[in-house]
Amino acid sequence: MKPQRKKRLTLILFLVAGVGIAVGLLMYSLSQNINLFITPTQMADGEAPVGRTIRAGGLVVVGSVERDSESLGAKFKVTDGNAEVTIVYDGILPDLFREGQGIVAMGQLNTDGVFVASEVLAKHDENYMPPEVQDALEKAHVDGKQSLEAARY
Amino acid sequence: MTEWYGMVPEFGQLALIFALLVAVLQVVVPLVGVQTRREWLMAYARPLATAQAMFLLISLFILAYCFVVDDFSVAYVASNSNTQLPVPYKISAVWGAHEGSLLLWVTLLGCWGMAVSVFSKSLPLDMVARVLAIMGLVCVGFILFTLHTSNPFTRNLPSIPPEGADLNPLLQDFGLIVHPPTLYMGYVGLSVAFSFALAALMGGRLDAAWARWSRPWTTAAWIFLTIGIALGSWWAYYELGWGGWWFWDPVENASLMPWLVATALLHSLAVTEKRGLFKSWTVLLAIFAFSLSLLGTFLVRSGVLTSVHAFASDPDRGVFILALLGICIGGSLLMYALKAPTVSSVGRYEWVSRESFLLLNNLLLLVAAFAILLGTLYPLIIDFAGLGKISVGASWFNTMFVPISVVLAVVIGPGSMARWKADEIKRLGSSTVAAMIAAVVIGIATPLLVNGEMNWKVLLGMGVSVWLIAATLVDVWKKARGKLNRIPQLGLSYQGMVLAHIGVAVTIIGVTMVANYSQEKAARMAPGDVVMLDNYRFEFVDAGHIEGPNFISDAARFRVYDGDKEIALLTPEKRRYNASGQIMTEAAIDVTLLRDVYVSMGEALDNGAWGMRLQVKPFMRWVWLGAIFMAIGGLLAMADKRYRARVTRSRSAQEAAA
Repeated sequence: MKPQRKKRLTLILFLVAGVGIAVGLLMYSLSQNINLFITPTQMADGEAPVGRTIRAGGLVVVGSVERDSESLGAKFKVTDGNAEVTIVYDGILPDLFREGQGIVAMGQLNTDGVFVASEVLAKHDENYMPPEVQDALEKAHVDGKQSLEAARY
Repeated sequence: MTEWYGMVPEFGQLALIFALLVAVLQVVVPLVGVQTRREWLMAYARPLATAQAMFLLISLFILAYCFVVDDFSVAYVASNSNTQLPVPYKISAVWGAHEGSLLLWVTLLGCWGMAVSVFSKSLPLDMVARVLAIMGLVCVGFILFTLHTSNPFTRNLPSIPPEGADLNPLLQDFGLIVHPPTLYMGYVGLSVAFSFALAALMGGRLDAAWARWSRPWTTAAWIFLTIGIALGSWWAYYELGWGGWWFWDPVENASLMPWLVATALLHSLAVTEKRGLFKSWTVLLAIFAFSLSLLGTFLVRSGVLTSVHAFASDPDRGVFILALLGICIGGSLLMYALKAPTVSSVGRYEWVSRESFLLLNNLLLLVAAFAILLGTLYPLIIDFAGLGKISVGASWFNTMFVPISVVLAVVIGPGSMARWKADEIKRLGSSTVAAMIAAVVIGIATPLLVNGEMNWKVLLGMGVSVWLIAATLVDVWKKARGKLNRIPQLGLSYQGMVLAHIGVAVTIIGVTMVANYSQEKAARMAPGDVVMLDNYRFEFVDAGHIEGPNFISDAARFRVYDGDKEIALLTPEKRRYNASGQIMTEAAIDVTLLRDVYVSMGEALDNGAWGMRLQVKPFMRWVWLGAIFMAIGGLLAMADKRYRARVTRSRSAQEAAA
């Protein structure tokens, strides 16, 4: 083999091996780092993993928000129109957090079935509905157990 | 509405249609000229590019005019402006939403075309003709897209709303005036590098001259991208009220990916210009860089990020951009496949040489870009396949991106001092012993000095930054042969490189410090309350109201003390915008080069208490300062004699001929 060609071949092998390892590592770590969205219905059915970081969300149930009078602690319920889940959060809630609004929270489900949030997200648009929440509402709605409007009010 | 001035928006649309027609001519005429070797046809490329840019500018100005005079008969104006909106924001509202930002996108594309037509006097005519024809083709696609799916001049007839819906308050800010145009200039500017690469492929002119023409244009686009990304980060930092400066949000990733590939392209162009190597690789990078710009546009503009289902139920826009993307990437790769095998690179280089280091740089940057691409698209793919709703956390991006950046930072120093063709590890090693010692010492000392605790992340971050800076300076010292007064003679291109590389280190220092030593506290505070954070004492003095032009806000006054010394009076606000009723957090920040003190308001609680977010962020400014260094470095490199010399020479040649 000519030296030029040999060099090129080594380079290609080096490249292929490098890309292969990189993709493998990427995919592996990706599978370890994804945060699954779990609907309130799924939580009620016990499909949510306990103690793993997941995302939960739904519409904030009207009249469910309780504030601690000493700290920033807040407790509220979210619903997908079918099931409710209680979320506790200690921190500053986003500007658009309010009753009836769709929110997504990141955190872990504890053994009491309460979702302990480390982060609560609500987008800067009042008409915005997080796509996951929209999806959850539609699924619950299709199940026909309770109407969407009833969940809101 | 029968008066002529009632027709102004139609003139805007008409200008856009003219721009489309001119763009079609800009594609066809010069290419026919090239095919038939008729110079007078090729010569049409320049005036056509200018005419196209003019029509687009007219169209953009008319849209801006509609905003300024509150013409709510235009649907886009009605949904993104309001009579109360201050005039500067009325103008920036032009690019505040989808339709207008697309118009801005194509207008800037037209302007880049005009710039090429003006600053290409040293280029052979057939090259100019091809470059401008390809740029025209991209323009045709995007003007068609704008007219077909996203016309900003669509009317709200016959019922004209008396008042507009208002611009999203988040966007009523200086940051929005400057961030999108800068970023778009970068995105679109990559079309020039792309067009040069394809034109060179078509004409079989992949040589050092092509690389030399292409380099300043690529650098220009890269500078805009650099500044645009930094502006976006800065804007998110002070405007979102969380104090975060990078979220690995898909929209942010969409701008970072082209930047990484453009950075690789810059370095690969250097090899092609100096050594005539990596030619087909450079072409491929130019194609990738612009494709990622288009992909970014697709991700941001098609609605696919909000929801794959929204995209599927209103597929017009998404499918159109996807088709443009497909044609653009597919077409250029096809041409690459057909033409690239005829390109041969002659010349050799050893394993240890500048070429190898630059190749490594390219690989690292591409792997980083690829990782980000994967992380950005993965949730979309999973969702599309119906496998559930997932999100890829910031931690994943950090685990991918940080190690690559560290390796990159390590090789920049020796890479820029290595000789072309062949060098020796021993020589590189002995020149950098001092830098190595400095890196280790400062790397270990920094965490110990900050709080006495060892932190290997800080050690690594500070170590590689100091190593990068020291190795770069050693190289400057050697090239100047130990004389300070020789540094100005080293050439702008080299000085620019040095400055940009130091900028990388400055950013890494900023990121390291702010990521590891930021302190944050969310507290319930009533007037008179005091909270300690780090060495700073935050005193909530009182709360009051402020009336702005189109908002009313609750404001808090904070006195911040460092020990006993008062260092700042901060007034964070919670604004309520009159038109939309939206609530916005306005953070108050006290800035020095060594730290930011950041206060933002949460919600009002009972008894006059508020949730307050207090933060101390060391070295925050360095993150963006590094970007400024990189941009100035780019400017210096662009200003290098060897690009200008050719222009003046050919100008004098023209004058002699005339």
